[in-house]
Amino acid sequence: MSQSINATAVSVSHLKKNYGKVQAVDDVSFDVQEGEIFGMLGPNGAGKTTTVECLTGLRRPDLGAIAVLGLDPQVDRAALHPLVGVQLQSSTFPDKLKVSEILDMYQSFYPNPANPEELAQALGFGEKLGSYYQTLSGGQKQRVSLALALIGQPKIAVLDEMTSGLDPQSRLDTWELIEKTRGRGTTIILVTHDMEEAERLCDRVALIDQGRIIALDTPYGLAERVSGGKQVRFVPSQPFEDRLLKALPEVKTIQRQGERIKVVGSGQLVNAIILTLAQNGIEALDIQSEGATLEDAFVQLTGRHIHEDQGTPST
Amino acid sequence: MNNTGINTPRAAFGKLLLNESRLAWRVPVGIGTGLGLPWLLLVVFAIIPGTTQPQSEFGGISYFTLTFPVLLALTVSNLSFMVLPRSLIKYRETGILRRLSVTPVPPSWLLAAQIVINLATAAAGFVILTITGVAALGLDLPQNVLGFLAAYLLTVTSLFAVGLCMAAFIRSEAAINGMGGLLFFALLFFGGLWIPRPLMPPVLIRISNWTPLGASVDGMQRAMSGSFPSLPSLLVLAAYSVLFGYLAVRYFKWE
Repeated sequence: MSQSINATAVSVSHLKKNYGKVQAVDDVSFDVQEGEIFGMLGPNGAGKTTTVECLTGLRRPDLGAIAVLGLDPQVDRAALHPLVGVQLQSSTFPDKLKVSEILDMYQSFYPNPANPEELAQALGFGEKLGSYYQTLSGGQKQRVSLALALIGQPKIAVLDEMTSGLDPQSRLDTWELIEKTRGRGTTIILVTHDMEEAERLCDRVALIDQGRIIALDTPYGLAERVSGGKQVRFVPSQPFEDRLLKALPEVKTIQRQGERIKVVGSGQLVNAIILTLAQNGIEALDIQSEGATLEDAFVQLTGRHIHEDQGTPST
Repeated sequence: MNNTGINTPRAAFGKLLLNESRLAWRVPVGIGTGLGLPWLLLVVFAIIPGTTQPQSEFGGISYFTLTFPVLLALTVSNLSFMVLPRSLIKYRETGILRRLSVTPVPPSWLLAAQIVINLATAAAGFVILTITGVAALGLDLPQNVLGFLAAYLLTVTSLFAVGLCMAAFIRSEAAINGMGGLLFFALLFFGGLWIPRPLMPPVLIRISNWTPLGASVDGMQRAMSGSFPSLPSLLVLAAYSVLFGYLAVRYFKWE
């Protein structure tokens, strides 16, 4: 987050929402700061979409309080909607409208809209402006939907699975646009089950599983929580005893794999190892270091892989 | 809808209307069934020998003149039972109304735009059928113009109300295609598209009087031959307008 003083853009406390007997959202609380990119990460059916639907006024919470820019999404819809841009999963538009006609209509809804052509260029579908919506590929439709979420120059953009179905290049272009949009002060709430996207874009990530937030931290902070968060492998220039490194607070375990030594730990692990060895006249050769990822964090915190239950519609 | 859309530029409704007009032009189901088909039938009925001869059993007017109100009712029926509800149900089914509900423009504006487009198509049908009939096909103008217009306007309000009510209760495009078609043919039967009302047996006439198209055609046919539409038929149409209009407003769901 670049700003020094951040106001709260979104505040959710003790949100609950049932569908019949299914507890879709179970006591979820979080705050999002202005100008933040806030990720909601979790498998399908975790309750991410339901949560953001409550934020935009599409669903009425069973319990709990929500304030978006100080407004209640149920009561103050008229005041809120000019300020919030929304990308819904699986929204479609009439086949026989041209892309430019859809954009032009949506920009007329907002008091201070973005330029539709610039937006289309930035999202890489500028050449499709004159085409009928029905001729667009799935990825292009997805980007039109994202453009419509941003066309009102919203204070808050709520984007549900914005890059699903995009080819790698469009995905990168989209990420760049989101970073630029945040650079102009827009708060962004990103619903995703794309780990890489969350790691790349989000200031903070809420890991959501079975209707609950199981962890909320920066992507780095979440990865750090994983036991054995970092691994360093190297070949020492001469033999040494394990206790030399075991004494370090950063080190958790040491394993010898033939010549190679694998150290698992946290913090400034590589520095600590190199420094300690050097003090003893030993060089660490061929160093390989890898950190735990968000994905590791998710697996460890939920006991499941995030893509395990794909195929069911997200709620 | 209290103060919804109070900050919204007025241009927004214009843009909605513009795009709905483009769709009505590019997917001309409404123009085809609401304008083209009745116009074609009008020409066909005029060409059949003997249809333009005054008949004593029809109160001294011709079969062709008697059919004209049925064709006007056909125009309005197509638009209100098939075209209008199908568009609205599709917009709901595909999430277009839901998407609008998170913009400053309420989804009711899209519904309003659809009503405007279909009313305009109906009006165009009225004008084109009347001009073609009178100028080229020997149609007599209604002898009671005021009564004719009253019956026609109530036809429009009652049939649109029924159509909107269908859009409120029917959830899928597939269902409206079936239901709309069924209702369309049943009601047009009572309106006399196949058997002119004056030739219907008394039982059918009595049922017909209570249907919107029966009442509509009865009112317009009486005006063709000079009298003001009967009060019961106008009341039946007014009742359909109010009752179905209320049900539509009460039960319409945006998602």
